[in-house]
Amino acid sequence: MSQPQTPRLSEPDRPWLMRTYAGHSDARRSNELYRRNLEKGQTGLSVAFDLPTQTGYDPDHELARGEVGKVGVSIAHVGDMRVLLDEIPLEQMNTSMTINATAAWLLGLYVVAAEEQGVPEDKLQGTTQNDILKEYLSRGTYAFPPGPSMRLIADTIAYAVIHIPKWNPINICSYHLQEAGATPVQEIAYTISNAIAVLDAVRERLGTVDTDGQGAMERVFARISFFVNAGVRFVEEHAKLRAMALLWDELGRERYGVTDERSRRFRYGVQVNSLGLTESQPENNVYRIALEALAVTLGRSARARAIQLPAWNEALGLPRPWDQQWSLRLQQILAFETDLLEYADIFDGSRVMDALVAELVEGAREEMARVAEMGGAVEAVDYMKGALVGSHRERLRRIEAGEQTVVGINRFTQSEPSPLVASGDGGILVVDPEVEAQCRQAVEQWRAGRDQERVDAAVAELARVARSDQENIMPATIAAARAGVTTGEWAQTLREAFGEYRAPTGVGEAAALPAEGLAELREEVERVSEALGRRLKLLVGKPGLDGHSNGAEQIAVRARDAGMDVVYEGIRLTPSQIATSAAQEGVHIVGLSILSGSHRELIPSVLQALRDAGASEVPVVVGGIIPEADAVWLRDAGVAAVYTPKDWDLSRMIRDIVALVAERNGIDAPAVA
Amino acid sequence: MTRRPELGGTELGARLRERDTTVAPAVLNLLESRSPVARGEAEAMLQSVSPALLGGEAGGHIIGVTGPPGVGKSSLLSQLVAAWRRRGRSVAVLTVDPTSRRSGGALLGDRARIDVDPADTAVFVRSTATSGRLGGLAGPTRAAATALAVAFDVVVIETVGVGQSETEVADVADTVAVVVQPASGDVLQFLKAGIMEVPDVLVVAKADLGGAARRAMADLSAALKSLDAAQTAVVAVSSVPPPSGIDDLVEAFDAHRDSLDISSRRLHARRMQALADFAAEHGERGLRALGGQRAAARYLDRQVPGLDVRALTRALEERAAEQGEPD
Repeated sequence: MSQPQTPRLSEPDRPWLMRTYAGHSDARRSNELYRRNLEKGQTGLSVAFDLPTQTGYDPDHELARGEVGKVGVSIAHVGDMRVLLDEIPLEQMNTSMTINATAAWLLGLYVVAAEEQGVPEDKLQGTTQNDILKEYLSRGTYAFPPGPSMRLIADTIAYAVIHIPKWNPINICSYHLQEAGATPVQEIAYTISNAIAVLDAVRERLGTVDTDGQGAMERVFARISFFVNAGVRFVEEHAKLRAMALLWDELGRERYGVTDERSRRFRYGVQVNSLGLTESQPENNVYRIALEALAVTLGRSARARAIQLPAWNEALGLPRPWDQQWSLRLQQILAFETDLLEYADIFDGSRVMDALVAELVEGAREEMARVAEMGGAVEAVDYMKGALVGSHRERLRRIEAGEQTVVGINRFTQSEPSPLVASGDGGILVVDPEVEAQCRQAVEQWRAGRDQERVDAAVAELARVARSDQENIMPATIAAARAGVTTGEWAQTLREAFGEYRAPTGVGEAAALPAEGLAELREEVERVSEALGRRLKLLVGKPGLDGHSNGAEQIAVRARDAGMDVVYEGIRLTPSQIATSAAQEGVHIVGLSILSGSHRELIPSVLQALRDAGASEVPVVVGGIIPEADAVWLRDAGVAAVYTPKDWDLSRMIRDIVALVAERNGIDAPAVA
Repeated sequence: MTRRPELGGTELGARLRERDTTVAPAVLNLLESRSPVARGEAEAMLQSVSPALLGGEAGGHIIGVTGPPGVGKSSLLSQLVAAWRRRGRSVAVLTVDPTSRRSGGALLGDRARIDVDPADTAVFVRSTATSGRLGGLAGPTRAAATALAVAFDVVVIETVGVGQSETEVADVADTVAVVVQPASGDVLQFLKAGIMEVPDVLVVAKADLGGAARRAMADLSAALKSLDAAQTAVVAVSSVPPPSGIDDLVEAFDAHRDSLDISSRRLHARRMQALADFAAEHGERGLRALGGQRAAARYLDRQVPGLDVRALTRALEERAAEQGEPD
């Protein structure tokens, strides 16, 4: 790279695509929100789907209860997609869809909705997230086993490269790895390893589409984009992105023979860190978000192509349109008020930056070699999951020990009351509880109004293609979308062909915490266990479709380290499954974790199921993103204790749990306070 | 807040004899409990379901399922439980989690992978930690298997390991199945070298792997023949859809059980267990007082067949006291 004559570019860069991760309730309400956001200067769409849509269930399915329209919009069929995109010009729009297990399906719906607007598929621009490996590692919205999932990914990529050439058919995600606790080295290594697994799979599936000639793999490589995270340590975070760009370029050249330098460019979108956002003094999150935005924009050679920023109140609940607007304005100030876009790469030639990048690259290479030795990312899922759980636990330990400062959490904790959360709604968005009933009714009406013969034929064809390894899933998927098949029907057809899957929990592999600091707690667990007659046994459960299991896993590991027997069954359990496990396992206490905001529906169901299972005496504690008003409500409903992100001290929570078990079983408090 | 009092040992035993599967959690809670009161109750319960009081051996089939980690035992169990339920049989599964105890605590994640209908009261799944060694059985697991066999048609003990560890399962199970992966040569080696006892049923998992599974079947059959153990059934199964071989496996289990003299196998198991319990409690000195291991075994052989393990252990203790050298 030659030194520029002048530090200034002859013409300022075009800004990145500005998006807001948005969507809730139903298609109509989300469409209104999108159109308002676009009027405010947003330049792309980022669609948030609700958990039933993400995991392939219709709104009237048992597992969808309490989740419809909560963390995103419910899209059950092409009619919903049509309404969602109403009056949004799709030949100009660049739409990112956070969708993974059901990505092929949602892409199919998008293609058909565009077709109805008169826009052919080769004009469409946007992204489907479509990265399943990280769903097993972190996010939890998988539906099918790894083998078939990789096939779906490969099929959508192979199809899109030929038929929807401006589409990014996959966004390989490092974002969720950092949320699960990844260090920068782990984030780089596992992301690139995931990319290798995807590219190798696509190479095998290219035969399922007519590639009309050569250079198909080069085109595939050029269409792979990434979805990254940026934490508040923004200098190192920027170095991380430069390191990824370097490794990506090298991978293209050496492993896949990509000759054109432009095809090897590291293209990424970003949503900055949510893990570091705090519930206490939430206004401070605005600064954190701004600094994290710098991490992905400062250096021109590793600048994001698209940015979406979280809102200041994400640790409190779902952000309101105004909260999201505040974050959009930050992007606009950065792009249009500051001089950021006027210069060449400001780190070009920086010895410190280069050394930092070299250090990260070296660490990542070692870790990538380890994954490769295990046979690649698919085979190494258990290993990577265990490593992430371990890193996350180390991070929490450092915060608890005061080795890592989090302002407002473990330092500078006194605060004036915040006027921001004083308003009637507690400063968050509450989804209208009527939405679920409306969506259930709507999908029933949709089914009743279809040409059923056409639907049956489309489903049968989909099932046939799914079972045949030789054909690409996309044409049958698009045909099913046209015929009016529902999201649940599409996914059920594939579940029958592929089987269901439960991902590793990672907790078994996580190493034990050093004894110091836990000795007292362990003694107390021993004392109470002795008095109970058998070891204190805890069930950690995640009811509903919410796949964010990091918190539950940390509790499970810490309780184990404190000496308890812990039953942890992973995500996506129905209330009756949890109650049956609690009764059969003879646990002394149940801990439930919900982050999707569906606690008001699901927790009472679990309590009822426990009563039905004859385990009503087992106390229940709940952790999650739970507004104070709901916490009061839950306690009135019979929950023994409610924990929210401000209860960050895990050992203290475990101590509470032990004390609760002791109290409920008539065991005296310890002699010394 | 008062806890509903759990049932007493005799009452639990009576409910088990009535084949009431819903008391299974209470049975396990009691057997796992170490308090003196609970131990007394547990003894009463076990005595009330002893063969002497039942008038014969418990009717349930105790099956040990063991194999290396990651071989797919849990998915196989999901399929097996479903197959047994289709035949109308009640099933209890005791999983012994491979996670070794650290800091006294343990993570029990095994039941997650066994897919059962939570509303079905004829299926019971309970997880326990290992006793410390890989594949070792926790004491309560053995007692629980015996007790639950009174109420359930099938009792499965699932453990991890290949090699010597499954002999512990063999001490309590009527039928031992070892699950192996295609292309894993170690089982073959263990068998040939005599490190591993020949199981009653060998299960080749992941039969969907085709050629590899067929080769594994052929290799194992040849090895068994050379070991003069051709009667050991070898069954290939696949738990991924569409599942295959599950019915064959159920039939292989049934056939093995029909070929067994259950009462002499269980009688032998109880006596060996009593001897092991006695040795664990009283050590070498205790054994010396009995005149050595063989004399102790001979003494046990003279006892009434219907006694349960605890009664046999007590008989040994009384004998040791009579012969001097009280412990």
